[in-house]
Amino acid sequence: MTDHTDPKDLIVHDHGDDGIDRRGFLKCMAWAGTGLLCTVGGGILTSKSLGASLGTAAGSAPGAGSGELSFVQISDSHIGFSKAANQDVTATLQEAVAKINALPKPPAFILHTGDLTQLSKPDQFDIVEQVLKGARTTTGRVFYVPGEHDVLNDNGQQFRERYGKGTLGDGWHSFDHGGVHFIGLVNVLNLKAGGLGDLGRAQLEWLAQDVRGLAASTPIVVFAHIPLWTVYPPWGWGTDDGAQALSYLKRFGSVTVLNGHIHQTLQKVEGNVHFHTAMSTAFPQPAPGTAPAPGPMTVPPGQLRHVLGITQVTNVPGRHALALVDSPLQAAEAAAFSSAPKEQP
Amino acid sequence: MKPIIPATLTLLAGTALLSATVGGPVAGPSPATAPKAAPSAGKTVQVAIDNFRFTPAVLTVPAGTQVTWRNNDDVPHTVVSTRLLFKSRALDTGDTFSYTFRAKGTYAYFCSVHPMMTAKVIVR
Repeated sequence: MTDHTDPKDLIVHDHGDDGIDRRGFLKCMAWAGTGLLCTVGGGILTSKSLGASLGTAAGSAPGAGSGELSFVQISDSHIGFSKAANQDVTATLQEAVAKINALPKPPAFILHTGDLTQLSKPDQFDIVEQVLKGARTTTGRVFYVPGEHDVLNDNGQQFRERYGKGTLGDGWHSFDHGGVHFIGLVNVLNLKAGGLGDLGRAQLEWLAQDVRGLAASTPIVVFAHIPLWTVYPPWGWGTDDGAQALSYLKRFGSVTVLNGHIHQTLQKVEGNVHFHTAMSTAFPQPAPGTAPAPGPMTVPPGQLRHVLGITQVTNVPGRHALALVDSPLQAAEAAAFSSAPKEQP
Repeated sequence: MKPIIPATLTLLAGTALLSATVGGPVAGPSPATAPKAAPSAGKTVQVAIDNFRFTPAVLTVPAGTQVTWRNNDDVPHTVVSTRLLFKSRALDTGDTFSYTFRAKGTYAYFCSVHPMMTAKVIVR
């Protein structure tokens, strides 16, 4: 190597020939949520700090500006929640919109991965729409999939009346933008006692049909509320038939799965499939198994905006994977992570 | 199943006592006159929803008992019979739902929002 790349950043064992090894993957995980970009290109895992890279890092290759698609994922706004974990969830959603509007280049659109509201009430949906109208995107579009909080009492009827135009079944849909095929799935309805999230046979059949004619080189983005991969079953963090859905996507070279529900960033890479969960804009939840229950977590005053945020996703044609950048509403002070040496008495 | 019954009855007595002490919007006659006995028909028994759990998870009551669930969590839950014999609306924090069990049998139920939350009522 002639440059100053840290040897630790080089991939030593690339068994899958996909430009990523286990050690590199673990480094990715460590970066998640800390405002750093993780991307893979040319067999070398690279990282750049968020401040220096946002909007440009993924497109650092010459001429990468053309054909590049960028969009934003937000999740779990829980409008109507007013308990100790966050007494003003509308304000933090507005801050998320301000964060989107501060991006150097406006994203094409926004994906909201569910739990727009706390209790499926019409005025709560209204607030979400009003706040998101203030977001600057090139298409002016917001694509929604419901969370379990959005389909209370009516099996999602109100949700579909508001956002279901052009969708099928419980609200699943797909669309193409910038050469990427987007698939919105619904896994929060018809849940069975003792089970996890559920897609159901009709939706799986539709999915198989939906991707049948696509070239394997088409980048795929799947978005749904509950993680499609098994994160932590004792808390219901997984989807019973998620693996079957993913089996239809195995032949594709780039699959990105974006979920919410767990109110924290987690990443996993399996072959060509990149799994990612987003922060909430309302309140954090505990790491799997670290608390008696997965409910809202109250953090010390001043810490809340470090654990809420947005995810920016960028696709650069010709790259293996989409680049994901998680940005908290407020960056944690670097000093918070340094520890002063203890003075000896 | 038989060895479980005495323990269930003990737990049940504790629950009845709790509902009498805590009070709240509970209909029906006060069980205060016989606090250590299992509730008889026509009484109300409470099930608490705390930390994504129904407590007690197994409740044994005589036929005719009204069971009242109260959600103490910061998130909405539901009480839904797996055979759809009863189904609450979404219960926000502090909301309650009641159902009177008239026929003997085992009634499995769950939270349709968080389906890993399962429990049952046994009517003897």
